Amino acid sequence: MSKFNKLFISFVTIFFLLVGNAYSDKVRIGTEGAYPPWNAKDSSGNLIGFEVDLAKELCAILKHECTIVEQDWDGMIPALLMRKFDLIMAGMSITEERLKTINFSQGYADEVASLAVMKGSDLENLKTVESLSLSNKNAAKKTLEQLTKALAGKTIGVQTGTIHQNFLESGDVGNVKVRKYKTQDEVNLDLAAGRIDAALAAAVAFTDYAAKSKKPVVLVGPTFSGGDFGNGVGIGIRKGDSSSAVGKRDTRLLNEFNRAINTARKKGIISELAIKHFGFDASM
Amino acid sequence: MDLDLMINSFPKLLSATLTTLKLLSLSLIFGLILGLIFAIMRLSKKKIIANFSYSFSYVFRGTPLLVQIFIIYFGLGQIEYLRSTILWTVLKEPYWCAIIAFSLNTGAYTSEILRSAFQTIKPGFIEAGKSLGISNKIIFYKIQIPIAIKQSLPAYGNEIILMLKGTSLASTVTLMDLTGVAKYIISTTFKPVEVFIVAGSIYLFLTFLIHNFIKFAEKKMGTN
Repeated sequence: MSKFNKLFISFVTIFFLLVGNAYSDKVRIGTEGAYPPWNAKDSSGNLIGFEVDLAKELCAILKHECTIVEQDWDGMIPALLMRKFDLIMAGMSITEERLKTINFSQGYADEVASLAVMKGSDLENLKTVESLSLSNKNAAKKTLEQLTKALAGKTIGVQTGTIHQNFLESGDVGNVKVRKYKTQDEVNLDLAAGRIDAALAAAVAFTDYAAKSKKPVVLVGPTFSGGDFGNGVGIGIRKGDSSSAVGKRDTRLLNEFNRAINTARKKGIISELAIKHFGFDASM
Repeated sequence: MDLDLMINSFPKLLSATLTTLKLLSLSLIFGLILGLIFAIMRLSKKKIIANFSYSFSYVFRGTPLLVQIFIIYFGLGQIEYLRSTILWTVLKEPYWCAIIAFSLNTGAYTSEILRSAFQTIKPGFIEAGKSLGISNKIIFYKIQIPIAIKQSLPAYGNEIILMLKGTSLASTVTLMDLTGVAKYIISTTFKPVEVFIVAGSIYLFLTFLIHNFIKFAEKKMGTN
């Protein structure tokens, strides 16, 4: 066999191996692996966390073979659209904005967001209502005004492309300076270093960081939900269509996983996993 | 292809280009000063000074720029003692951390470019100056430096282009440069291809300008 033929055959083989992999019926689930306790990595690089465990349970219910794929947060939705994986389970809240581009399953867990500061910050004594729902803008008005005043001129860190960023940039709390980070880890580091005055993320992301790093991070102000904060966390999936095989598969997967979430909820699996990872029942 | 998005994101990306250019020009100015100092130190007859300069360029050319910017931004931020000193007023700002990292990096490369330029100056030029009774200082400023600059222009043009692309790493420490704003637009539109094509074209155009400017300068100075 000539050198060229050998080379040609190996290229063709590699090509089919790659293509074969892309079109097998294995369900691939994308997660960030950097947003504990939702999803994270252990010291040897294995993906762990609430959603990793839940994904395994859902796949077991559906008897699907699943692989969990790691993907940076800022490329999560583009990667889904480019079919690098079939589902997103990455602490991604169901929001109007995202629904324009992708579909979501029913929610499986809900999180509240909270501001965090370092102990000793002048924001530490911020007295507001305990929880703030933005579903009713009129009822939230008074607290939002209070927050606008307290946060004026402050720099607040968030992860890029999150509900937390959307909220701070919506103008609901005036013109705060928003600093955007690639990962929540980096937000936490800069909060602890004092480069930002406060940070906004899932409350559990801060309590988890405080517990692990032993840094004096404290939650302040109300817990946020509704409005820009979305309607719980669900599985992100491409919008299916009935004209192509892959489109039909997307629709089928959505229905199957909605069913699996129902089953897992009834069996108490979601609650159990939530208590294990969050310390309280965040299931929905 | 979403043409509307490409057109709409263009003005936003263009204004972010200003940040990129600011980062680039400041880093190049500081880098050139550093490079010149380290190149002169490298040529010193005192071993310890020459070695210090060599180690500086060895470390900064031997590690990735991304690692350098992370060490300066996230690494130094972890040192509690540093946060109580006056240095923190500078290191607190992502902008200055980026400038420091870029300047040190380009400074290391520039020092190598200048050093080799100094070393290729034919001893005859210096001897000619000496034979005319010109002082060492004037020989250095009027003969060695101009020749070195002329010699190093092509290589330095390359370094400017590398540095332009290096500034895209500023986005990793929250700065809204061209790449930072591109990523930001993608985070709300989920369309990386369109936005990165526009951003990439702007980088390409800047490279085109730099390339031609250096070519023009080479012609003016008669370098070949």
